[in-house]
Amino acid sequence: MDFNDSAEEAAFRAEARAWLAAHAPAHELPVGAKMPDTEEADRGRAWMRELYAGGWSGLTFPKELGGRGASGIEAVIFAEEEGKYPLPKGPFTSIGTGMALPVIAKHGTAEQKARFIEATLKGDITWCQLFSEPAAGSDLAGLRTKASRADDGSGDWIVNGQKVWSSWAHLTDWGILVVRTDPTVPKHKGLTFFVVDMKTPGIETRPIRQISGASEFNETFLTDVRIPDANRLGAEGEGWACCMTVLMGERLGSGAHRSGIEPLLDYAAATSDGHGGTMLDDRAVRLQFADALADEQGERFFQARLRTMVSRGENPGALAGMVKLAYAGRYQRTNGLALELRGLSGIAPDMDDTATGDVQYDYIYSTVMRIAGGADEVLRNQIAERVLGLPGEMRMDKDVPFEALKG
Amino acid sequence: MNFDLSDEQKMLGEQARALLADLSPFDRLRGLIDSGAEWDEPLWRALAEMGFLGAAIPEDHGGLGLGALDLGVIMEALGGANAAVPFMSSIILGAEAIRLAGSEAQKAAWLPKLASGDAIATFAYAEGPGSAFATGATLDGGQLSGSKLPVADGGIADIAVVLVAGGGFALVELNQPGVTRTRLDSFDQLRPHYRLDFADAAAEAMPGAGKLDRLIDQAAVQAAFEAVGAAEACLHMARDYAMDRQIFGRPLGGFQAIKHKLADIAVATELARSNAYYGGWAAESSPDDLPAAAAAARLSGIKCFEMAARENLQVHGGIGYTFEANCHFYYRRERLLAVHLGNRGFWADRLLNAQPGAQGKAA
Repeated sequence: MDFNDSAEEAAFRAEARAWLAAHAPAHELPVGAKMPDTEEADRGRAWMRELYAGGWSGLTFPKELGGRGASGIEAVIFAEEEGKYPLPKGPFTSIGTGMALPVIAKHGTAEQKARFIEATLKGDITWCQLFSEPAAGSDLAGLRTKASRADDGSGDWIVNGQKVWSSWAHLTDWGILVVRTDPTVPKHKGLTFFVVDMKTPGIETRPIRQISGASEFNETFLTDVRIPDANRLGAEGEGWACCMTVLMGERLGSGAHRSGIEPLLDYAAATSDGHGGTMLDDRAVRLQFADALADEQGERFFQARLRTMVSRGENPGALAGMVKLAYAGRYQRTNGLALELRGLSGIAPDMDDTATGDVQYDYIYSTVMRIAGGADEVLRNQIAERVLGLPGEMRMDKDVPFEALKG
Repeated sequence: MNFDLSDEQKMLGEQARALLADLSPFDRLRGLIDSGAEWDEPLWRALAEMGFLGAAIPEDHGGLGLGALDLGVIMEALGGANAAVPFMSSIILGAEAIRLAGSEAQKAAWLPKLASGDAIATFAYAEGPGSAFATGATLDGGQLSGSKLPVADGGIADIAVVLVAGGGFALVELNQPGVTRTRLDSFDQLRPHYRLDFADAAAEAMPGAGKLDRLIDQAAVQAAFEAVGAAEACLHMARDYAMDRQIFGRPLGGFQAIKHKLADIAVATELARSNAYYGGWAAESSPDDLPAAAAAARLSGIKCFEMAARENLQVHGGIGYTFEANCHFYYRRERLLAVHLGNRGFWADRLLNAQPGAQGKAA
């Protein structure tokens, strides 16, 4: 057991560090600056171009497809080093690199690869994900957006329906889209996967007013949207396999979040207990923060174990969901606790209190973490079934044609 | 980075599990309880023969000179079997206290015997309710006075390392007129605890000063390994029962109320295991990181075993409340492991105090 880098890893880290030191500072986001999302996206594209020019884009992507061909552990090292700079990274570029590229590389034709991969690695094309629907979230295969062939003999597809939670759909160039093309077969079998130009007539994105006050998610309405058959990924009816490729990438990616209890400890230490001490002297507070801190450390070292597996070419599978499950609940619990420390002033802080707003935001945002990228309940099922070997869920819709399902 | 046990360590764990599966099945534990036994002496002899007792004792004192992670895989196996042996008392605490704080003569006199299993040590730190690590006992001119209680394995130990006034350790042989041992009713029926009264008992000071923190940090890591092994045993017992038991026309384990509960225990156990690994690594290779690593491992070990011991019995339903089922061994031991070596609050303070910055200054 060794927590330190191997010689090869250390050499890779040094190379990454040197390159980042030379190129990252020019792309740093100004501290505390609120900027229009268009500017944030433009800055994200510029950083992608820089990465591509330096040979750091698509780290684990094969060289022949324009990537670096690095190992999983090298990608982790690069992410650690890159994470030391406040860079414009986010869904507006990571959906492309983390979701669109893997599915295009695995299921796309030679023409599709040539058209999209390099452009995405360079930041010239950005992507959104058109998967979830108002009535299809954890049960994604129950989606209803439908596509049928145009009746003009062109072979084009005409798509109608509604997607939701499509991050940055209003600013991205292309979308990865899964739709129902055959309602006469069971739900997983009637799906087909497309890439769609977001400027196609009939696509309307509307920002969702979220409980945080921000609007980075959208609902996307598709009305008689015409998609050429050349933009179909994989065969008709193979949409579910494409979705799995995408979702595997999402799950591994979502393990990478950090919560940081340390700022909350500082927040407690800066909060008077009314008796000459701070809220960090309070027994109940100490016990709960210590419990969360032990979890946080456990998550970090569990990730280190998973990375060791990845570096050996093993697939952590459902184990990867454990980190996200632990993290999301803890993130909510600790910020909820922090919001109690200042009593009523946690709800309505005085004008000179600049710290409570972050706690409030994190408490609101923690709800997203428990739902997105595999809801707590879905992850628990996966762990129970794939790690512990417990029986799968009863599926009332198995082998039933989609059009015969209630709903 | 290579954050996994070595192949040798995995093999060591396999050997320990195989030995325990052979010699310490649940019926054996039931027999020990029924006969009021102090411990499982044949198992102890077998552990000695395999070299497990001396795993981390230096080679020049009759051990194998291995490290904290090697010891950890053995502790994990012992926790999994709920074994009735004084490994924590004699090896993790007693032998290590002597190694850390003993004189060369004390090491030479006792470490080889502890490694071979010919002598048993215990660490006497509590003095009734109150501070976990109490210093009311006194060592004055080679004479030890005061009372220590409860002391694990106090009935079978040949020597005790006693925490005394000033925070130092006294080494005392327990078979002498100045020592009275009284067996207490122990909630964990497989690990008897004693009251030890010292009336001017002959004892030696141990020269190493200020070793308590290091000793209990290392022991906390080992306790985490023990808890992880025990939690995993409970998790697997519950899983196997839930797969087998049919209810409402399907396996009990197919219900989300059961699946989700067991998934949560699996997560807690893996986090604790990860903390234990890191604690073992820190104990061997990065001592400055040990205090925080040990406290985190200790807390997450307590947490996962608490969940697992309770919910294992719950998943079994009524049968879990019978002596013939095996849930109760862990259900009782869990409470012991939750409070020995300092309880949750004690380790919560140590974890927070080990954090950098302003937050470490509180309490």
